[in-house]
Amino acid sequence: MTQAIEHLPSKLAHTAHGPRAFGWWGMVWLIATEATLFAMLIASYFYLRFRSQPEWPPSSIEAPELTLPLIMSVILLSSSIPVHFAEAAIKKGSVTGLRIGLALGSLLGAIFLGLTWGIEWPEALHHFTPRTNSYGTMYFTITGFHGAHVLGGLVFSVWTQVRAWKGAFGADRHLTVQNFTMYWHFVDVVWVAVMATIYLSPHL
Amino acid sequence: MATSLVAEQLHAIWHERPGLAGWASTVDHKRIGKRYLHTGMLFLVLGGLESMLIRAQLADAQLEILDPETYNQIFTMHGITMMFLFAMPVLSGFGNYFVPLMIGARDMAFPRLNAFGYWVFLASGIFMYSSFLIGQAPNAGWFNYPPLADRDFAPGLNIDYYTLGLIFMGISTTGGAINFIVTILKMRAPGMTLNRIPIFVWGELAMSFQIVFALPALTLANVMLELERRFGFHFFGEAGGGDPLLWQHLFWIFGHPEVYIIALPAFGIVSAILPTWSRRRIVGYTWIVVAELSTALIGFGVWVHHMFATGLPQITLSFISLASFMVAIPSGVQVFAWLATLVAGRPVLRTPMLYVLGFIATFVIGGVTGVMFAAIPLDQQLHDSMFVVAHLHYVLVGGALFPIFGALYHWLPKMTGRMLSERLGKISFWLTFIGFNLSMFPLHILGLLGQPRRTYTYQEGLGWEPYNLISTIGTFILAAGLLTTFYNWYMSLRRGEPAGNDPWRGETLEWATTSPPPHHNFDHIPTVRSREPAWDQPDLADGAQPIEQGGHPLTEGHITLSTSVLDARPQAVVHMPHSTPWPLYLTIAMTILFTGMLVSSILIVALGGVTTTGALFGWFWPRRETQET
Repeated sequence: MTQAIEHLPSKLAHTAHGPRAFGWWGMVWLIATEATLFAMLIASYFYLRFRSQPEWPPSSIEAPELTLPLIMSVILLSSSIPVHFAEAAIKKGSVTGLRIGLALGSLLGAIFLGLTWGIEWPEALHHFTPRTNSYGTMYFTITGFHGAHVLGGLVFSVWTQVRAWKGAFGADRHLTVQNFTMYWHFVDVVWVAVMATIYLSPHL
Repeated sequence: MATSLVAEQLHAIWHERPGLAGWASTVDHKRIGKRYLHTGMLFLVLGGLESMLIRAQLADAQLEILDPETYNQIFTMHGITMMFLFAMPVLSGFGNYFVPLMIGARDMAFPRLNAFGYWVFLASGIFMYSSFLIGQAPNAGWFNYPPLADRDFAPGLNIDYYTLGLIFMGISTTGGAINFIVTILKMRAPGMTLNRIPIFVWGELAMSFQIVFALPALTLANVMLELERRFGFHFFGEAGGGDPLLWQHLFWIFGHPEVYIIALPAFGIVSAILPTWSRRRIVGYTWIVVAELSTALIGFGVWVHHMFATGLPQITLSFISLASFMVAIPSGVQVFAWLATLVAGRPVLRTPMLYVLGFIATFVIGGVTGVMFAAIPLDQQLHDSMFVVAHLHYVLVGGALFPIFGALYHWLPKMTGRMLSERLGKISFWLTFIGFNLSMFPLHILGLLGQPRRTYTYQEGLGWEPYNLISTIGTFILAAGLLTTFYNWYMSLRRGEPAGNDPWRGETLEWATTSPPPHHNFDHIPTVRSREPAWDQPDLADGAQPIEQGGHPLTEGHITLSTSVLDARPQAVVHMPHSTPWPLYLTIAMTILFTGMLVSSILIVALGGVTTTGALFGWFWPRRETQET
């Protein structure tokens, strides 16, 4: 009983972030279900590879070039660094640090997306399309799914940026920022699996 | 009196607008829960009508009541309806209504997402049923195997209704599952440690974990199939290097957990009804919880037992066969815990208990045939026969319909504040129980005699007619049983006796507030010190535990408590969102989007995309009342 009185709500904080906030847990489980979706996609890739083809990629399609994807990987993975510092900044109350970090992270994400859809895809389309065979189908489906998630992350980032301009965040009010950074790191980590599946595994 | 002052203050904070505006914008988990329940029951009527059409067609050899194409559409929609539009939403409805009450919370963790989930469920149900208007309802069975479901063999819109409808509905189901998980982990009343969570709440939690990890497989499979049908991608068609078995794997990675997604919360209902009506604490609480969670886990390892007849390697089959035998163990543990509770208690054989006993009897029969199917040779012999139909109906009608109707008799007095007729309840139970067994037991024999499932008629002179006729008669008796309950429900709303707060002397927190509960559920959020708080804590009466006993009035605003995951210690005060029509607007916008995809109109897709984006902005636009936390 004494314990209960000790924790009376009047003494409790009226703001919450991290594992105390409902929204943080919501993002954790959203990521869990999204990660499952990607796991199923990648499993489907290997299923079709091992079930149906003596050679992979099939029908004289060459295994993908690695130079550009490696550059893209460096760009996307390094975007997690400014995003991490953006979160660290707002935890100390620095809105400027938050905004700079978000802007840098979005810039790197946008460059990645530009390279994917501006150079990598048109280049691949010279050799095969999603309708050519199951290899083309999986290539475009998986990179497309991931690209859509980067695009979603960019929209989320711009939204967070605008809220930051409006002064919505502070040292003890930044749940949206936390959720954004969690999502952004997730999209980056998924890229490692996509890179390994789509670009590296055909060389094995 | 201080309490009524608190109640008035809380009412002023938590009440919602009346009229149409309030109807369209409510975020109250109790109103949403009732909507899920009512809509799900409407779909039960539709699915029931479909089953009667199926049985009428099969009543005798070579009848022509339905033509083959209509028959295909009717049995496909029957399966989709009963799984996705009746069982899941109704169990979600009970969860929506009772999880916050049982854990002593003021609402679900994400009330607007909750409202959105209901609207999307409704919209996707209407979306799929609108297919009947153009005579092109899904027609490839509820598991929709390619190549039958591929463009070559199904050129109409039938399958597109299926894929798009289920993708649409998946948004609702996923959101609902995440909402349940966060609510149960973070909103339990102070003192409700993990080992004091009511088992019904554990059931909803186990179901939600399964949805989070199983549903993506279904969504992905449907996205793939739609890409293949519309744009010529190669996932399932042999020609371009696809593989039809990929669909079967993805579908059953979802589809087998789906059985437990329906059964686990229904088991939870049984564990909620039994202690109250046995006048005894449940036997083996920890065992039951462990059994629920391990069923949820093992359920992911048995999907291939739906594919024993597809020519997979023997080693795969043996492994899955073993896992399928294993999954019977946790179900057995629960059955014995329930039986022990009955034996050790002083059971009162009123309607809710009858439904629980009916559940145990039918579910055990379904479980036994399930163990038979785990043996590969028998499975291959009986695959796609009426024996499978009998098995799955014993599992799902036994495992879901009986608990759901038991729950109606147990909980409607709490939800409406009015009692049901016990006499009509008993009549309804016996009609349902006898009708169900008459309709489904003969199908075991028909399966052994060789009648295939999903075939619109059969030859004369095979000796199948009498069993089929009995089954058809049983179906109509079953329908009469369900209708009796609907009538009972209607009459109780019109002139039922007032129920009072706690007509059954229940053990969990929902019985410690008024019937129906106020908008804010409890005048004081209680501090819980027992697994059966309503039995052990006399201070809980009338939903207002005195402050010196640990009750929290929380009259400072539209707020609730966030508590720690393991031991439910208060951590923060959380401001809850107010009612809003944006979830409804977003649903309408998304319906436009999905309709555009269905009819392949770029114009409508663009319109849907723009309105969906606009509705998302409208939803998330910061307002004074929803400041950043």
